[in-house]
Amino acid sequence: MRGHHDMGGLPAGPVEPTEHDYAHWEKRVDALQVLLSAPQRRLLRVDELRRNIESLRPDVYDAMTYYERWIAAITKVLIERGVLTSDELGRKMEDVKAREAKP
Amino acid sequence: MSTPDAGPRFRAGDRVRVRFADAPGHIRTPWYIRGHAGVIERLCGTYGNPEELAFNRPGTPRQPLYRVRFKQSQVWPDYRGPATDTVDIEIFQHWLEPGDAA
Amino acid sequence: MTAPNEPRTHDHAHEHDHGHDRGTHPPARPDTDDSLTYYKTMEIAVRELLIEKGIITADEVRGAIEAMDARSPAQGARIVAHAWTDPAYKARLLADPNAAVRELGIEPGAYKLVVLENTATIHNLVVCTLCSCYPRYVLGLPPDWYKSRAYRSRAVREPRTVLREFGTEISDSVEVRVHDSTADMRYLVLPERPAGTEGMSEAKLAELVTRDSMIGVARARAPG
Repeated sequence: MRGHHDMGGLPAGPVEPTEHDYAHWEKRVDALQVLLSAPQRRLLRVDELRRNIESLRPDVYDAMTYYERWIAAITKVLIERGVLTSDELGRKMEDVKAREAKP
Repeated sequence: MSTPDAGPRFRAGDRVRVRFADAPGHIRTPWYIRGHAGVIERLCGTYGNPEELAFNRPGTPRQPLYRVRFKQSQVWPDYRGPATDTVDIEIFQHWLEPGDAA
Repeated sequence: MTAPNEPRTHDHAHEHDHGHDRGTHPPARPDTDDSLTYYKTMEIAVRELLIEKGIITADEVRGAIEAMDARSPAQGARIVAHAWTDPAYKARLLADPNAAVRELGIEPGAYKLVVLENTATIHNLVVCTLCSCYPRYVLGLPPDWYKSRAYRSRAVREPRTVLREFGTEISDSVEVRVHDSTADMRYLVLPERPAGTEGMSEAKLAELVTRDSMIGVARARAPG
């Protein structure tokens, strides 16, 4: 059946001509994709990134912003490839939250 | 030993039909065009198969990629624009079969 | 996305702002870098781990951001204005876009560019229905609307209505050709040169070439 991302021809509302200047964190996600895909590393293929975005549940896909989907997918690929482990990611994410929460 | 590229089967001007298949996995042939007939506009080159690259496999045999032109009035039953309007889509060879004679 | 009463925390890990020229960009929304969401936490963690493991460096991240910030529709506008004023260049651009773009000192990136010339009989429009493929090395990052559900769903099915929503009316005697960027090509529309621009310098012509005209949802601006 049609993937949730495969939306050509489906009904939708008017095109809202919204744009926003990209936030720093979004640009960093973009940079990660560029650096990881670079020929000297080849730790990520854009096709893997897309596959992981496409496999997000439809309600989750719709609720996430564009770069949220990208970082989620990049992370999944890095775990699949064994570049990073769930364990070290989980620990580091808790560290980041604790660090940022200090007054 | 690497798998050789698939050789091009089609040339610009050939009539083709996009296969209909509900294939699981990462597919770059849009749903809306599967089953439709069009004409080869050009051979773009030969590229790794994204269905395989998506799983970090080499993407071989590499497949010829074509731009295929379709008449909008044939793709959409309710298309209201002129009969001359078209849509060009990049489609990998393994999704194309020879089309019916004009 | 943060709840209204979630404490705002300053993101200490962000790269120092180099004060890039933002003259052509709308200002950043004030809340997008100030609060720590799950995915922002993930980005920080992934980046820090990759740096700790020596897979990337902070300088490389900075460099990649600066490189992307330097790319903007102004690059595409230069290409178009040059093609308008130099017929031999235009022929080279249509025949081998990657090489022609490099002639102007612009790096087109790894993907093969296809340049689509708008004429009196054909109006081209570009969309990526499956995701958001866009000639980012030439035009910079795409606008939100290009990646939206509404554009990706409807541009391919009712292009003339979508064009009308952008204020662009195409007569029935002109073919509208939509290009769905599904694989390894990237598309740049070469808009028609507006009437009344004879004798204008390339720099002045480039000012008429909008990003939207190079996607195909608009024509180039009229002079004056």
